[in-house]
Amino acid sequence: MTQAQFAERQSPLPAPLLAVRDVSVVFGGIVALNGVSFNLHEGQILGLIGPNGAGKTTLFNCLSRLYQPSAGDILLEGASILSRPPHRIAEIGIGRTFQNVALFPNLSVLDNVRLGTHSRTTSDIISDSLNLAWVRRTEATVNKKVHEILGYLDLESVADTTVSGLPFGTQKRVELARALAADPKILLLDEPAGGLNHEEVHVLGDLIRRIRDERHMTVLLVEHHMGLVMSIADHVVALNFGRKLAEGTPAMVQADPDVIKAYLGSKDQ
Amino acid sequence: MAAVEDIVTEAPAVEAVPKRAMTLGTGTSLVMLGLLLVVPLFVKNFIIFQMTMLLIYGVAVLALNILTGGSGQFSLGQSAFYAVGAYTSAILMEQFNVNYALTLPIAGVICFGFGFLFGQPALRLSGVYLALATFALATAMPQLLKLGYFEKWTGGVQGLVVTKPDAPFGLPISQDMWIYYFTLVITIAIYIFSVNLLRSRSGRAFMAIRDNEIAAAAMGVDVALYKTLAFGVSAGITGIAGGLGAITVQFVAPDSYTITLAISLFLGMVVGGVGWLPGSIVGSAFIIFVPNIAEGISKGLSGAVFGVLLFLVIFLVPHGARQVAIVGQQLIGRFRKN
Repeated sequence: MTQAQFAERQSPLPAPLLAVRDVSVVFGGIVALNGVSFNLHEGQILGLIGPNGAGKTTLFNCLSRLYQPSAGDILLEGASILSRPPHRIAEIGIGRTFQNVALFPNLSVLDNVRLGTHSRTTSDIISDSLNLAWVRRTEATVNKKVHEILGYLDLESVADTTVSGLPFGTQKRVELARALAADPKILLLDEPAGGLNHEEVHVLGDLIRRIRDERHMTVLLVEHHMGLVMSIADHVVALNFGRKLAEGTPAMVQADPDVIKAYLGSKDQ
Repeated sequence: MAAVEDIVTEAPAVEAVPKRAMTLGTGTSLVMLGLLLVVPLFVKNFIIFQMTMLLIYGVAVLALNILTGGSGQFSLGQSAFYAVGAYTSAILMEQFNVNYALTLPIAGVICFGFGFLFGQPALRLSGVYLALATFALATAMPQLLKLGYFEKWTGGVQGLVVTKPDAPFGLPISQDMWIYYFTLVITIAIYIFSVNLLRSRSGRAFMAIRDNEIAAAAMGVDVALYKTLAFGVSAGITGIAGGLGAITVQFVAPDSYTITLAISLFLGMVVGGVGWLPGSIVGSAFIIFVPNIAEGISKGLSGAVFGVLLFLVIFLVPHGARQVAIVGQQLIGRFRKN
């Protein structure tokens, strides 16, 4: 039994919802992630921090199966997700937003959020073409759910607007609404504060906490905005050059000399 | 490699139509339907024949619209699917004595399969490269139909003559008029099914892929499946149009289904407005009537006249009939206010 496994057994916390185990990603000769491990427990808000190029987004892309790790494993409730193709990640309860907003620009807000329910519904082209009764029932359920979420995120007024015409901040909220529509267990937020002003960041922090508390979701947050991470995260993992630098409560990580060095540089450099 | 990828992603992005605007209002739809129902009663048989072809090409343009406007995939190979549909109907009717109406669903299913299978290798291609791959299909089809090996069914270079069906139940109308109303019913059904499809969960998945494949996959959309399904649906509908075409023209021959037909259908889609389903009929009218008009202006230079007319349309209304409809709607709105 390795020390890590032993520590896990002894840990007072229940089994983690998501376990990242020794994940490495290599692009050509460049090691983007090097043996990164951490656990995400149910109901946590975990902040993943690190300077540019530290491997945060790479890790996210492993979680949504856009990249294949060259080593290690990622377990959701004890089962590996690495054999699943990207389009079969949403159905097991991992939802995400993207760093630079990846909405469907020519569709309305309503349709974007409806697409969030794709993994939770079924249909086939023949029933859809004939608009059969069960298809209409599914659509009615979807619409009810979508309007509830639009109301929750205060997006009702733009429901019929085409997404490409909306301000960036609103687009980010639409993306969040789309992710919520799938009722994920884990919400992956890739730099949700990027491009937002001070006031908006504050509102966003409250919103993320509300989502965790009211909608019972676990949040994994990649963020540059230290203020946001330190104020809402329960647990912080710091990465640099693809390695885990430090892990712990926000205060512990903030005081860690290696983290300070990575962000500010050291005297002898 | 990076440069290639840049070209692929920058390849003509499909101008998308908001879903609400994908259909006509109830009033306009009823007027259109009324015209299509009543006009044939007062015109000559040749005009009825032309109106039938208008509907048939309209269906074929609509099929391309689902593929390009809906799922964002290009095709210059629709003539191949049209040909397979036409030959399926013709062979079943003439060699196996199948009722003409029954040949259409069979043509649709065979073409759906053909399109779905063709969509598999096409998955690796997008934009201009996909257009070229489908172009290759359109170029190959007439020669495949001429192959000696299939000659006892296809009639080889000679093609097949198809018997014109009579009106059923002893209806006192001409054969042409019967085929027209038969085609009209099928056209309306296909139009309604297509609108339903594009408004449904599957249609949303098509459009999500058109707009952003990575995000679509993250939402749980099986990108490969829906892309090939779009090809299958488009090919299936085109096949039904081809079958109707064979029954109406009463003749199938390899050289009726060359790349020229595929380009005409593509043209029809652009003139009608990419992604705007009602525009399909306008695009179809353009590819049927404008060459005749051009010939009326100058017999010797009809091609050049057609080119000039096409250029004018593209130059003045790049978004086709859809743009005209929007401008018209705004004008009416302003007129009502005054």
